[in-house]
Amino acid sequence: MADILSPLPGIFYRKPGPDKEPYVNEGDHVDVGQTVGVVEVMKQFTEVRSDTAGTIDKFHVEDSGTVNPGDVIATVNEA
Amino acid sequence: MQRLFIANRGEIAVRVIRSARELGIETVVAVSEPDEKSHAARLADGYRLVGPAPATKSYLDQSAVLAAALDSGCDAVHPGYGFLSENAGFAAAVIEAGLTWVGPSPEAIELMGDKARARDAARRAGVPILQGSEGAVGHGEDLLAEGRQIGYPLVVKASAGGGGRGIRLVTSEQDLASTVEVAQAEARAAFGSADVYLERFLGRARHVEVQILGDGQDAIHLGDRDCSMQRRQQKILEEAPAPALPDAVRDRIRQSSVELARECRYRGLGTVEFLYDPESHEAAFIEMNTRLQVEHPVTEMITGLDLVREQLLVAGEGTLPLSQDQVQFRGHAFEFRLNAEDPANGFMPSPGTLERLDWPGGPGVRIDSGFVAGSAVAPFYDSLLAKLIVWDASRTEAIARSLRALGEVEVEGVKTTLPLLQALVQRPELRDVEHHSKFLESTPELLGGTV
Repeated sequence: MADILSPLPGIFYRKPGPDKEPYVNEGDHVDVGQTVGVVEVMKQFTEVRSDTAGTIDKFHVEDSGTVNPGDVIATVNEA
Repeated sequence: MQRLFIANRGEIAVRVIRSARELGIETVVAVSEPDEKSHAARLADGYRLVGPAPATKSYLDQSAVLAAALDSGCDAVHPGYGFLSENAGFAAAVIEAGLTWVGPSPEAIELMGDKARARDAARRAGVPILQGSEGAVGHGEDLLAEGRQIGYPLVVKASAGGGGRGIRLVTSEQDLASTVEVAQAEARAAFGSADVYLERFLGRARHVEVQILGDGQDAIHLGDRDCSMQRRQQKILEEAPAPALPDAVRDRIRQSSVELARECRYRGLGTVEFLYDPESHEAAFIEMNTRLQVEHPVTEMITGLDLVREQLLVAGEGTLPLSQDQVQFRGHAFEFRLNAEDPANGFMPSPGTLERLDWPGGPGVRIDSGFVAGSAVAPFYDSLLAKLIVWDASRTEAIARSLRALGEVEVEGVKTTLPLLQALVQRPELRDVEHHSKFLESTPELLGGTV
């Protein structure tokens, strides 16, 4: 099991836009470097990527939830 | 107007509280959860929680904001800038609920929000606009003839676009037809309308604007400003009056902006924005902002007026408290936007707690900020920490005073853009008014190699 951590404080979004589909869902496969969401800090957006390949086990932060640096955003079951 | 609801945060909420208090109007400020301990919440007579940290769930939540205004017994709403300030639907809902909306009518907000309609209104009022096609473009030979008449380079713009979206540059005739086709397809997909028009392209333009004040019948101007110093289309340094502007151009943009305000029966403060080409001495309409602007203090410094007071008086009493003759201009003013960003690290936002906050003082120096020492700079909102506003009798003296004042600023706890502002104020291009809206991007040493 690997954690995907928030690099920044701000607001976490699972979707690239309000009317868009989520980047990934629980149970989806992710590759190394794949984007799983974005963190908005002071109107700038930073992509959150997975460091490991595997399956998304669970998101620990809801869409547009607030995050602090180091917060676990999601856990990945390594492939 | 007895009790005013302020649907905003930070420095502009503080700014509105100050003017309201001097007029004997009570204030209630909207706050999100992290803003309950903000300086604005402490200064106001009261505050109301409108939602959690994300602006979409608090400051942008129209029904929560309106409910808070009604519930707190307010009889008027001031939207500040940003958030709901240019939302015609929200303005209409406020009026519908029986409250006074401190701003122009929903119809005026809507008109100016539509690029093509705004351009038409400007043309009818005699506001200079860039040479371009009348309405949507033609086909084949007609299109090429229109292109030739305007000259190259030119831009293809989507009628329903705006804010820099839906614009394509064409440098020669051979690319015109194909670019128009692509632009029409994109415009249909992005904006639901395939209408595009052609407009002359201005390369190294300055950004100048005219402050107007209307009461729905008559309108006056409060002079002009220059906001050419920008990074990624965000203003960072503004001044008034606009320097190095020929008298004929200044008169034309001021008078025609007043005419535009009269024709759309504009009520309240508004700003008509222009591109100005210093080589051809041509000014052209960009858009009209239907709200109080961030940079309004430079106009206050050279006119001696309190623009928010005038705005509240017009909204409350319905008639212009001032005539054009009563507006006098004196001296020169600069505004510097101090942001919580790290210029050494690609202007990365820098939230945190302000351990130390020393502001400059002395003659002609003013600070507008929503923070005090010990305040937390939350990561959820924009990075504006404070506006340093400096006045002096001449532009040269105002630059010297600005450098002195910037040197007194001490901020600890977050990174700030202070080094960039100090470098800018010493640039010969600023002194000689040779800067333009792409100056920062084209001067990488100012940005530590990062744009």
